[in-house]
Amino acid sequence: MNDPVDVLIIGAGASGAAVAWSLAETKMHILCLEQGGWMNPAEYPSTGRDWEAKFYGDWSTSPNVRGRPEDYPINDDNSPIKVVNFNAVGGSTVMYTAHWPRLHPSDFRVKTLDGVADDWPIDYDALTPFFEENDRMMGVSGLSGDPLSPLTHPPMPPQPLGLSGPLIGKAMNKLGWHWWPSDTTVATMDYEGRARCINLGHCTPACAQGAKASTDITYWPHAMRAGVEIKTHCRVREILTNEHGMASGVVYYDKDGVEQFQPAEVVIIACNGVGTPRLLLNSVSGRFPNGLANSSGLVGKNLMFHPYAQIYGFVKEPTDSNRAPPTCLWSKEFYDTDLSRGFVRGYGIQFGRGAGPVFEAVASEQKGVLPWGPDHHRVFRRLNGHRLAVSAICEDLPEEHNRVTLDPVLKDSHGIPAPKIDYTISENSRKMMEHGLARGREILEAAGATDICTNSPIPWGGWHLLGTARMGTDPARSVVNEWGRSHDVKNLFIVDGSVFVTSGGVNPTSTIQAIALYIADQMKQRLANLFD
Amino acid sequence: MTDTLTKVQRDDLRTIAAMIIPESAEYKVPGADDRAIQADIVATLGRDTEPVRAALDHLAHLAGRPLAELDPAQREKVATEFRATGGVAAATLVRVILQCYYRDDRVLRSLGHELRAPFPKGHTLEQGDWSLLDPVKARGGDLRRA
Repeated sequence: MNDPVDVLIIGAGASGAAVAWSLAETKMHILCLEQGGWMNPAEYPSTGRDWEAKFYGDWSTSPNVRGRPEDYPINDDNSPIKVVNFNAVGGSTVMYTAHWPRLHPSDFRVKTLDGVADDWPIDYDALTPFFEENDRMMGVSGLSGDPLSPLTHPPMPPQPLGLSGPLIGKAMNKLGWHWWPSDTTVATMDYEGRARCINLGHCTPACAQGAKASTDITYWPHAMRAGVEIKTHCRVREILTNEHGMASGVVYYDKDGVEQFQPAEVVIIACNGVGTPRLLLNSVSGRFPNGLANSSGLVGKNLMFHPYAQIYGFVKEPTDSNRAPPTCLWSKEFYDTDLSRGFVRGYGIQFGRGAGPVFEAVASEQKGVLPWGPDHHRVFRRLNGHRLAVSAICEDLPEEHNRVTLDPVLKDSHGIPAPKIDYTISENSRKMMEHGLARGREILEAAGATDICTNSPIPWGGWHLLGTARMGTDPARSVVNEWGRSHDVKNLFIVDGSVFVTSGGVNPTSTIQAIALYIADQMKQRLANLFD
Repeated sequence: MTDTLTKVQRDDLRTIAAMIIPESAEYKVPGADDRAIQADIVATLGRDTEPVRAALDHLAHLAGRPLAELDPAQREKVATEFRATGGVAAATLVRVILQCYYRDDRVLRSLGHELRAPFPKGHTLEQGDWSLLDPVKARGGDLRRA
């Protein structure tokens, strides 16, 4: 048996890294178990000539396609939106667009303001210092002063507008609609040991330059210097409990596939909105026959994805295509509820600068825009390097039938039952997506785009895994309390996107990490009576 | 290479590739049936081998004989049906052809792309006209009260 640790963190991604770093100052013995390994930037796609082809295989965003030993399979057949993630130190921050909006203050008061879903048990103000701290740690670029977004203070200037930004800006100005340079975690100047962005292109499948913040190069070096230990290629099977109903530690498979028990005084789960409920549901016992921390029956329920309604077209002018980070601008024009639109809540918009030649050829052929035969060359030259994209990130409201359960058949390479997703897009979300597409079409037409195509929803767009272990003050209606502690198991904490009560209409990683830091801070303030 | 696909499959692959992207004297680019591009396709099939084999078998079934032996009208008819009924396998075959074609040096040069990996040189991004943001700043706005 391994020596006991004070704090065991499961998962080294966005939230696990943040909570590890924050708790390190307590000088407790902190161990993190991560099923993936350390990534080698020298092997990232942008270092090779075949960088685009890799997106369809070893560097696919889908774990089911990628199938690395570190990945676990996910049965998402019964969902129009497929789960995408990455499993490594850094988690899905290794493979994300680095778009960095925050939830708005109003997002925490959905029930009060709009009469739907539930209010959060915390508010934006409680998270403000942690948003700021997180922005410093991750290294954010952006332009302060957006009139329709929460006030931020990015330590670095925004990404250049490039060729695509002015085309979008002019179109939005023509329509009189809001737009603003996105906050991103792309370093636009040398920052804390990270080299500035040199526009390798596609940020999503990892940044060989190290300009994009992923927690393996931001939080983890600091956490490890402060004494946090991390063991890689260790996949946790279940959390065990003792006769007092407290978590006693975890059973995991080490890098050699050997079953181990790791005792711990405190267990923190940071496995994302799919991995976390999977682990809890796999942790059954006589005392917890329906899974750990599940007296409410809500573990795995209320899964929220953010359906993406994407529309794109092609302009005469050259765009940045693959010669810039893919996202640089956002709009909050349609973020807040306006019932005259036919739906409640709203969506953020993120704009895309374009695509590389292989992606363009494959996508346009699939859409029937790029023909076979002699005309292929002429049409391709009109499309390639001329794409502009508009994506509405629609707020997904919590619905219990959207859920993560355990697949009765599918298992990972260690024989651990895999997650199964059952998810449908609600009528409210569908109306929101239609609205987003219609407005997107207006934007593209204002930019002079033709050959307009849609992806609604983006099928492999399940980046944002939220709501499956929601926080709240009522143990019957939530899984963790307002500071992340399980209602049922008083030394068990959850710090990832599972705890979201509602989803907002923006990319959630900034808010996920702010919540992780907030929970860590709450824990530090309560160390003397953490389990009371 | 010869073990990855049968001769019949390779012949049909070459024929369908040329139907998708024929050679162009105007743009000075080879077709996707070019020997080097075909070699790249077969050598790098990897995890796509099985769906590509399935697609080529489906194609052979639709054609009834080597695709190259059909007259152009018949080939077009088969290709249309193949794309309509081939599902994921057909999409994979087309994608594999496209991804190898659009990394060929001659093709990239014709498109004006540099023949290199993105890293370490990267690209230069111009700042753009930041005054475009002035109307947004002037219009202002308020966050919804919580």
